[in-house]
Order: sequence, then structure tokens, then C-alpha cells
Amino acid sequence: MIWVNAIVQGVLLGGLFALFATGLSLAFGVMRFVNLAHGDLAILGAYFGVTTSDALGVNPLLSLFIVVPAMAALGYVLQRYAFNYAIGDDPLPSILVTFGLGIVIQNALLERYSADSQGLDAGSIETSSIELTDDIAIGTFPLIILGVAILVLGGLGLFLARTRMGRAFRATSDDPITARLMGINDRNIYGVVMAIAFATVALAGVFLGIRQTFGPSDGPALLLIGFEAVVIGGLGSLWGTLLGGVIIGIAQTVGNQLDVEFGFLNGPLLGHIIFLVVLLVRPNGLLGRRSR
Amino acid sequence: MSLLEVRELSAGYGDFQALFDLDITVDEGKTLAIIGANGAGKTTLLRALAGVVPAMSGSVRFDGEDLLAIPAHKRVERGISMVPEGRQLFPSLNVRENLQIGAYSGRPGEWTVDRVVEIFPLLERLLDRPSDVLSGGEKQAVAIGRALMSNPHLMLLDEVSLGLAPVVVKQVYAALPAITGTGTTVLVVEQDIAQATAVADDLVCLLEGRVRLQGTPAELTREQITSAYFGIEAAS
Repeated sequence: MIWVNAIVQGVLLGGLFALFATGLSLAFGVMRFVNLAHGDLAILGAYFGVTTSDALGVNPLLSLFIVVPAMAALGYVLQRYAFNYAIGDDPLPSILVTFGLGIVIQNALLERYSADSQGLDAGSIETSSIELTDDIAIGTFPLIILGVAILVLGGLGLFLARTRMGRAFRATSDDPITARLMGINDRNIYGVVMAIAFATVALAGVFLGIRQTFGPSDGPALLLIGFEAVVIGGLGSLWGTLLGGVIIGIAQTVGNQLDVEFGFLNGPLLGHIIFLVVLLVRPNGLLGRRSR
Repeated sequence: MSLLEVRELSAGYGDFQALFDLDITVDEGKTLAIIGANGAGKTTLLRALAGVVPAMSGSVRFDGEDLLAIPAHKRVERGISMVPEGRQLFPSLNVRENLQIGAYSGRPGEWTVDRVVEIFPLLERLLDRPSDVLSGGEKQAVAIGRALMSNPHLMLLDEVSLGLAPVVVKQVYAALPAITGTGTTVLVVEQDIAQATAVADDLVCLLEGRVRLQGTPAELTREQITSAYFGIEAAS
């Protein structure tokens, strides 16, 4: 029963990971943009939630109505006026720019908030749970996060498949020069992609801050989890990202349980091992398209 | 009235200059064919007009407006659309979506997916197929349809017959009257001289980035065209 519980909790944790990895997956899928600051952006979103909910005296969940649009706007502006200059066939400029941005964010957070760990207090929802059996209970809040992740990824999938703008996203991803011949402003599309990426990472950051404590230097470890989720699921596949997030989530909880029971492995390590195995067996990821 | 006036246009990629002081005029409603050997600058000219190759100097007036001041993605709204060399369909989009994306600029007009299927009946059963499994001729039909969906005033057709079987080329060109019939001016790049003289009101022959010869198909002799095409000095 311990193991069933570990898996159930892992699936729930995976919802958070998937939500976090959505922006990475989207930015890479549409514009081959590798964002090394993605983890730091989630932490930035969490701190933004702290300041907003403190200043307004509201529940951090309500602060999302300010944090998410503000981060989306920041994403658009950063893309249009900085990241767009780093886009091209060579991913190295994007890696350098976002690596630098990550360092800037970490140090700015350290200056402003100190190195002390913080948490967001969302009230009674954090502790309420649904009891399935005597041994297994599902936390209401983790369940909500998983639901939001599914809604966000599914909504994005529908947006890409069905809308005029979604078609423009896919066309630009295929061939930005020919997209211009269709009247598509690829630079603007990239800005919108990054706005969506920042919005989802801010959402994930605030959720993370409610679930656990966080500090200014927690970004890179998160980034690793996000990358593993994206690669396991398959680059460019949104449902793959959800699957990858859930697999990494299960690896964390099962790995930690193994550590407790047998002193063997641990959560992050099991995640890395699964990641390497998937890379060896299916380099394109579980749901990834074969390279064109 | 001339729709497009190209004056002393020079253009190229980076350090490589492909066009030198080019002068070309295209009249409203006419079809102009540009011929020339490989590397003569035909594709560069079309890409410069579409805005995806930067002009180095010179001027281009389109419909009375300074075209070079307008970025590529806004030229579609003004009525310029292009069928690029190699068709360049979007592989992530199916055939119908490839046609729909042609209408992205929202320029009003009569072209719809149904109208495109009318002039290219072969597309009807392909609409829901992925675009990367089509034959060359089918792809070319989609690429032309996609360009029509923006209801262009001026349509740039690059290397229409390249890599297509002669019978397919004939089918593709059979659609041209339906396009020009709506008042669309056409600028077509063609390697096949016979095909070019058959469809065009005017011919321009480029050689090494310069206009070598121009006139109507009736004025020009086969010999003149051949010598201009290959850059051979006229024998007499």
C-alpha cells in the first residue's frame, strides 16, 4: 500500500512538474529556444506571489490574477526586445542569454528577499484532503494543480490545433521565412509564445510556493526536472510533457520511498536514471515526433 | 497604369550581390515572365519584392507606395503574395490548413478554399491529408492556392515548373487564366522559355543580375531570347 500511495502522490506531484515544464516545451517546440532561466522564473513568480499577497493582504491564489498577467507581459517584452536577437539555427546564443538572465534573477531575489526560505500560505485548502482508503489520501490542492495542468496543456493543444493563431504558431515553427510570406509577423509570434511560457511558469511557481518552501537559488534544480520531463515526453509534444512530468513525479516519490525503506536510491536520482534510460531507448521521447 | 515600378534595384545576401541596378515595370493586370539561367537573379528579385531579401539600393513603387519601407509580413496586406521556389508548404499543417494560412492577412476578396479547389480539382480529395506526403504537382497546386487565399493584387510565382513532369506543368498553367481573370497581375519566374512565351504578355530576360532583354513575346525572336539567356553576343 505504501507503494501505491507513493505512485498516487507521484502522479499528483507530476501535475506540478508538467505545468512547470509547459513553457519550456512550448518555447522549444515553436522557436527552438532553450530557456535556462526557466526554473529561476518559476521562483521569481513565487516571490512575486509573496509580495503581491502581502501588499494586498489576499490569499496567494488570488494574487495569481496579478502575477500571471504581469509575468506574461514581462515574457512578451523580454522576447521582443532581447531574446529575439538570440534566436536562430544555433541554440548557443539563447543558452548564453538565459543563463545570464538566470544569474541576474537569482541575485536580485537574494538582494531583495535574503537567502531565507519562504512559503506561501493559501489557508485551509493546503491541508484538506480526500481519503480514498485508510492508507491513501489525496490532497485537495495537489489534485487541483494536476487538474490545472491538464486544462492548461489541453487548452494549449486545442489552441494550436484549432485556431488561426495556433496555425500561425505551427507555420512559424516549421519555417519562419515562409511564414512571413503569409503575412505572419514571426517576431510577434515569438513574443506571444514567451508570454504564454511566462504565464504558465508563474502559475507553476506560485503553486510550488504554496506546496513547499522555496529560496532564491532553487531555480536550477527545478530547471533540471523540467528538462527531464520535456525530454522524456518528447520535444514539441504537449501531452508528452504531461506524461514526462507525471513520470518524473512518480520517480521522485517512489525514489524517496526506496530511500526510506531500504536506504537505496532517492527521488532525484531515480528521476535522472529514468531520464537516461529513456534517452537511450527512445531518443525522441515517449510521444515525440520522429525527426523530420 | 503600371502597378509595379522597380528602379535601379540592387539586392543580395550579405556580401553577395545578386541584382545590379535593375529596372522593371509591370502593368496592372498583365503577366510578366522573367527568364534567365541559374544564378541570373530571378529568385532574388522575387524575394526582394516579397521582402525576405533586403534591397541594397534603388526603389520599388507598388500601387503608388514605397514598397521597400514596408516589412515583409505587411506586404501581404498590401496585396503581394508569393509562391516560393520549392513550394515550401508547412509540414505541420495539413492541406486545408496550408490553404487557410494563406488567408492569415485577412485581405478581403473572393478566394476561398472552395474556389481554390474549383481551379485545382485534384485538391478536393487531399484537403485533410498531411501536406508532406503530396506529389510535386499537388504541392505546387497547394502552394499556388495558398498564395491566392490572400487575394493578391500581384502574385509572384517562382520556378513553377521546376521538378514537375510536363503533363503536370500543363495542368498547373491551365489554372493561370482563372487567376489573371480576377484581375491579378502575375510575375512568373520560369526556366522553360516556351512555357514563358506562351503565357506572358511581357518577357524580361535576366543575365548575371542585370536586365539583358525585354519585350513582348511577339516582338522578340527565338534567337534574341536564346542569346540573351545564355549571354552570347548576337551573331550579327
